[in-house]
Amino acid sequence: MQTIVAVLIDGLSYSSYLFIVSVGLTIIFGVMKILNVAHGSFYAWGAYAAAYFIGLFHGMGFPHWFGFVLIAVSAVAVGAIIGLAIERIILRKMYEHEEVHILLATFGVFLILEDVILLVFGVNPYFAYQPMALLGSVKIAGVTRDVYSLTLIGLAIVIALACWLCLARSKWGKILKVVIFDREIGLAMGINVNAVYVYTFVAGAMLGALGGAAIAPTLSVSPGIGIDVIVLSFAVVVIGGMGSIAGAIIGALMVGLLRATAVHFVPELELFVIFAVMAAVLMVRPEGLFAPARARRI
Amino acid sequence: MHSMFNRVHRLALGLGVLATALGPYGAVTAKDSIDVGVVAFLSGPAAGPFGVPGKNGAELVIDAINAGTLPAPYDTAGFAGATLNPIHIDESGGNAKQVAEYRNLVEKQGVDAVIGYISSGTCLAVTPVAEELKKLTILSVCGTPRIFEDGDWTHIFRTQAHAVGDSIAAALYVRDNFGDVAGYTGINQNYAWGQDSWKSFSLAMGHFVPKAEVSSTPQFPKIFAGQYGTEISTLALDDAELVHSSFWDGDIEAFVVQAKVRGFFDNKQFLSTVGASAIDSLGSEFPDGTIIGTRGEIGILVREKSGPLNTWFVNAYRERYGAWPLGPSYQYAQAVLALKIAMDKAARDHGGFPTQDQVIAAMKGLSFETFAGRIELALGNGHQAVHPVGYGITRWNDETGEPEVTNITFYPSKCIYPPAGKPSLDWLAEGMPGSDC
Repeated sequence: MQTIVAVLIDGLSYSSYLFIVSVGLTIIFGVMKILNVAHGSFYAWGAYAAAYFIGLFHGMGFPHWFGFVLIAVSAVAVGAIIGLAIERIILRKMYEHEEVHILLATFGVFLILEDVILLVFGVNPYFAYQPMALLGSVKIAGVTRDVYSLTLIGLAIVIALACWLCLARSKWGKILKVVIFDREIGLAMGINVNAVYVYTFVAGAMLGALGGAAIAPTLSVSPGIGIDVIVLSFAVVVIGGMGSIAGAIIGALMVGLLRATAVHFVPELELFVIFAVMAAVLMVRPEGLFAPARARRI
Repeated sequence: MHSMFNRVHRLALGLGVLATALGPYGAVTAKDSIDVGVVAFLSGPAAGPFGVPGKNGAELVIDAINAGTLPAPYDTAGFAGATLNPIHIDESGGNAKQVAEYRNLVEKQGVDAVIGYISSGTCLAVTPVAEELKKLTILSVCGTPRIFEDGDWTHIFRTQAHAVGDSIAAALYVRDNFGDVAGYTGINQNYAWGQDSWKSFSLAMGHFVPKAEVSSTPQFPKIFAGQYGTEISTLALDDAELVHSSFWDGDIEAFVVQAKVRGFFDNKQFLSTVGASAIDSLGSEFPDGTIIGTRGEIGILVREKSGPLNTWFVNAYRERYGAWPLGPSYQYAQAVLALKIAMDKAARDHGGFPTQDQVIAAMKGLSFETFAGRIELALGNGHQAVHPVGYGITRWNDETGEPEVTNITFYPSKCIYPPAGKPSLDWLAEGMPGSDC
């Protein structure tokens, strides 16, 4: 029983992490049809910004709780600055191009941003463990847990609810649905599609950066941290269905719980289960479990 | 006049052809400089704790040898009199990229030798290519025993002992200091280095601490995974009290940060064979009481060791880079020392600037003084190093504001490595016959 509880908590904790880092990716794809490889860079820059500023302000004598403010500020700042720059300078000129060309462009951006990290932050690792240390630990079913990782479950729920409210209960959500359904119809209805794209891309970038910033206190923030994240995020959104928030939730839960089960009982299969599920879903339902319905064009 | 010019021209042409034909066998003209590829992780998670300190160590010693300012016995200027120009290459990007980089170094840039490589995966990929291209290559850090146990190479040397000695020394340290341990488990990266380290440690524990039970669920997360929450839960639920790990780079730091806040180290005895870089990077956050190794007489275990070479190295490194030299700093510097001593010896033996074959002959079976010990190329037909391996216990010193390692024990090479020609894992499985422990 103790192990089952551990699997559930570990699985939920890892699922939350996966959902936070992949939801921005699926939103950008859902609205803009862009498979954004640079999403890993948003994650990395968010993590670096948070780790850097938490270390800086901690050194200046600010209290540990201020780290949570810095995590939020870092995510917003990185998403706003880098996301906006990429959309305005590169993507805006490519919307009429084929999707594969845009994918290659985002891959190029990813490589550039990885090198810029080296130039700005160097190669030495950054640590920002103060927020995690502040929250301490709690014993659940015989296993000591850090409270910080448990709060990520709460953060993931808040993000999921916010996305649902935005899409299902707001005017902005209706506008998005029109653009998702058909860009040209949106234009004909007087929607400023370019503005929708800017807001969507920046919001996706902020969510990617929030994933990195939120996870930074648990990591050694060092060069290359965005690479594996992008692979895992793709696995999650492919399983759930590209462009579906519900799909991202289900994909993250499936991957997180299956991985936790494997780690506890058959550690050798840890990676196998993730990609086996992805392959199985692709065979049975290539568009993913919760892919949004597509409009039939006449 | 015209006919005389023709005769001279023909004579010169003939001598040129003869010189070209004899080139590989005749004396080599003295060179003012040699070009050497120095390969280390300069980006990615391994750059901070391994690649850059390694590059710095090589750079420091190369500059000192070029200037003739290194203490004796390396106090003559140059490599057989030549200045060494390092060409730094980033090891990140995967094996295919590294093979391409190696070919580029040799075939396009025409380097005289290559020094480096940290990852066991890269070493395994590059070694056959180096042999195919017949270029002197000194592996400096990677630890898999497969390099010389699965192959017989002429142009490859490794100045770092392989990982089996690290594991045996770790088991010996457990026997000598934690002999009543009832069980052990591990968390190691899921590739050649991690798998080999766990396998050899388990075999050595079976020999030295036979009553300790091995866990049925040792953990093998992907390298650079970053998130270890589930693995920490699994290890915490395991009855085994000793946890072995060969984690390196950012993985050891992330694991320690995530495990410490969960009180993991209060209940488990952690043994890290190669995580010493994290002691400096994490400072007081690194858990006291960890069994720590450095894969030789290098890094934090010999930081305070006196002697002209070590004192020079530590002081010069701190002055230039503002940090303590880490294990990889020593490992890369040692590979440079091996090249210097072999080139100088070959030049003395043959009375001129040595050919590559002469350098290789001089390096084969070499025994040379390092900064804090001695390395012998005793395995792999004189190409693979052995040296003592030590372990100690970590402690944060509040008075100095520095980490330190206490209760250090070094185990001699004759105790922790198999006889020449004997595969390490077979030797371990047979109970280490002939080991002098």
